[in-house]
Amino acid sequence: MPRTGRIAGQIIAYGLFAAGLGYFSNAPVYTWLDPGFALINLSFSHAGQRKEECRRLTPAEIAATAPNMRQPLDCPRERVPVAAELVLDGISLLSKSYKPTGLARDGASSAYERIPVRPGQHQLTVRLRDSRRGDGFDYEENISINLRPRQNFVVDFRDNPGRFVFK
Amino acid sequence: MIHLKKILRTGFEYMEDVFDAAFGPAWNPFYQLGALGWFYYWIVISSGIYLYIFFDTGITDAYLSVEYLTHEQWYAGGVMRSLHRYASDALVIMMLMHLLREFAMDRFRSSRWFAWFTGIPMLWFVFSAGITGYWMVWDRLAQYIAIVTTGWLDTLPFFGESIARNFLSNADLSGRFFTLMVFLHIALPLLLLFIMWIHIHRHTQPKVNPPLGLAAGTLVMLLVVSLVKPAVSHAPADLGIVPAVIGLDWFYLPIYPLLDRYPGEAMWMVLGVITLLLLLLPWLPSGKQQAVAVIDLDNCNGCGRCVADCPFSAISLGPRSDNTGYEQEAVVDNRHCTSCGICVGACPTATPFRRRSGLTAGIELPELQISEVRDKTLAATGKLGGNDRILVFGCQHSMDLSALEDSRTGVVSMPCIGMLPPSFLDFVLSKNLADGVFLTGCRDGDCYFRLGIRWTDARICGERDPELRQRVPQQRIRTYWGGLTRSKQFLRELDAFRNGLNALATCNQNVPEPGQEGNGHKDIGNA
Repeated sequence: MPRTGRIAGQIIAYGLFAAGLGYFSNAPVYTWLDPGFALINLSFSHAGQRKEECRRLTPAEIAATAPNMRQPLDCPRERVPVAAELVLDGISLLSKSYKPTGLARDGASSAYERIPVRPGQHQLTVRLRDSRRGDGFDYEENISINLRPRQNFVVDFRDNPGRFVFK
Repeated sequence: MIHLKKILRTGFEYMEDVFDAAFGPAWNPFYQLGALGWFYYWIVISSGIYLYIFFDTGITDAYLSVEYLTHEQWYAGGVMRSLHRYASDALVIMMLMHLLREFAMDRFRSSRWFAWFTGIPMLWFVFSAGITGYWMVWDRLAQYIAIVTTGWLDTLPFFGESIARNFLSNADLSGRFFTLMVFLHIALPLLLLFIMWIHIHRHTQPKVNPPLGLAAGTLVMLLVVSLVKPAVSHAPADLGIVPAVIGLDWFYLPIYPLLDRYPGEAMWMVLGVITLLLLLLPWLPSGKQQAVAVIDLDNCNGCGRCVADCPFSAISLGPRSDNTGYEQEAVVDNRHCTSCGICVGACPTATPFRRRSGLTAGIELPELQISEVRDKTLAATGKLGGNDRILVFGCQHSMDLSALEDSRTGVVSMPCIGMLPPSFLDFVLSKNLADGVFLTGCRDGDCYFRLGIRWTDARICGERDPELRQRVPQQRIRTYWGGLTRSKQFLRELDAFRNGLNALATCNQNVPEPGQEGNGHKDIGNA
């Protein structure tokens, strides 16, 4: 190939490469959430009750343990899953149970849920169960919210004082 | 897998033909993918050091400092930021192309497992470094990356507390996270450099710098794209607002849209399995492994030419283990040897002129000894006739030459053309076994065994030991480095060479050429 042809070929190759770099480094755009929607973000890190009540050991059982390990109560470590429910304008958005973390299932249960909803005025009910009870909930809160498009509305649960926090 | 590799290799070679025409073999970017990767890495590091001088950690400071660099200091900081981004993107492209090409060319088996195996973790390091880099800007894109990445990390079983909760709202955000990001964004590239060094550790004369012209061209290209389309930030991050529509860097973040659609655990599983498969690829069934080179101490005087020519640092000189009076002997490291035979081509004892009944070189490939090469040469040339007899020496990693064999063309193949000692050319021509010798193999600048073509060219030109003797008429030697797919050009070159030989025969009908010992066939069976 003649010299000018080679130079032209190189310019074309560099140009195409540069165009590819320039374009794909931030395009095409990605739509993570329809901009016409808002997001309800339910998140908590909360430990459920222990799965079993502590049991008082008998004197014989205490005597059977090593002297430095003796204690009056036997408390199984495993905790119950934490259940959460989210209801918007009477329609259930979420009803889910979150397992405790840790190998012995004795850690906190963590939730991180993103739920797109239409913006506007809504009635939001959020419930949480962290006890051994089979049904019903230990915490419940009702609020009226006015969501804007693309708003990230956070529903959190704080252990202390044990209630939902809305941000 | 063999068919897939062949298809890929053919595709690469056709593309490389186009680039060969524009850049020439020496500058062809496809033959410099690894070196270009290194080059982009250094641009990323240099520009990163400049950016770090002005970068502030902190929830609002990070974004503001990047904005200052981009807009207030666009002529320096802005260009550096753009170079940092585009060189990083180019690094990803080079890395993935390099991986794919080495796979297509089957350059990961045998002792080459090491470079392949150490190259795979680099993928994780490069992508992780890129992700932390985007995170540091703390704009809407960083916000998206932070939320999705931490959510993904939370699916791993070993994080007790949810990391994603650190990015719930602006009130939950801690500036300490940016310090962690800065640390990671510096530590990961440093670790990457360490692995890159290990990656090339077993290569003799590794290509870590592209040719100057190619480096200059690619740097100018990066500067132009940096000025024409400077890298800019999205709006500042605000955890109260969802980054709904984002301009992703698709070179670094193609996995993120998948994370929105598929469970994080499944994505870890998929990526883990892909990584594991890639790591194990060198040991997957591949057919017969060639036996490694062996030293014959009776013929080795420890000259070190094989050590200098081995492309994979598989040979070293050690203390002599016999009582021959020589100080050193060549020692082959079986773990590094790829059985290319380039060491045989470098050995001064591998000459077909040796007057011994049993020709043995100081270093040999057990599956194709130098005496066998001589026997094949004699057999291939023995049936040739006419004034344009050509013996083609070829390599087994380029086009199939067996169809060429006829009454005027003989063929001898070997693992790499670098295995052919130049004395064989002298042998063929001075003994009048053929009228011309044609050498062919992989693409120029892209030898399967890295240095076979380079050393062969240098030996023929008299620039590297063992040199081709000056008495050998150069017009009766031709090289063409065609690879797998350039068969048409190869045949054209062969025809042109044959025509040249015919012309020589006409000119020199009555004049014996210098260096020729006679016109008749000699009995050289015991030469």
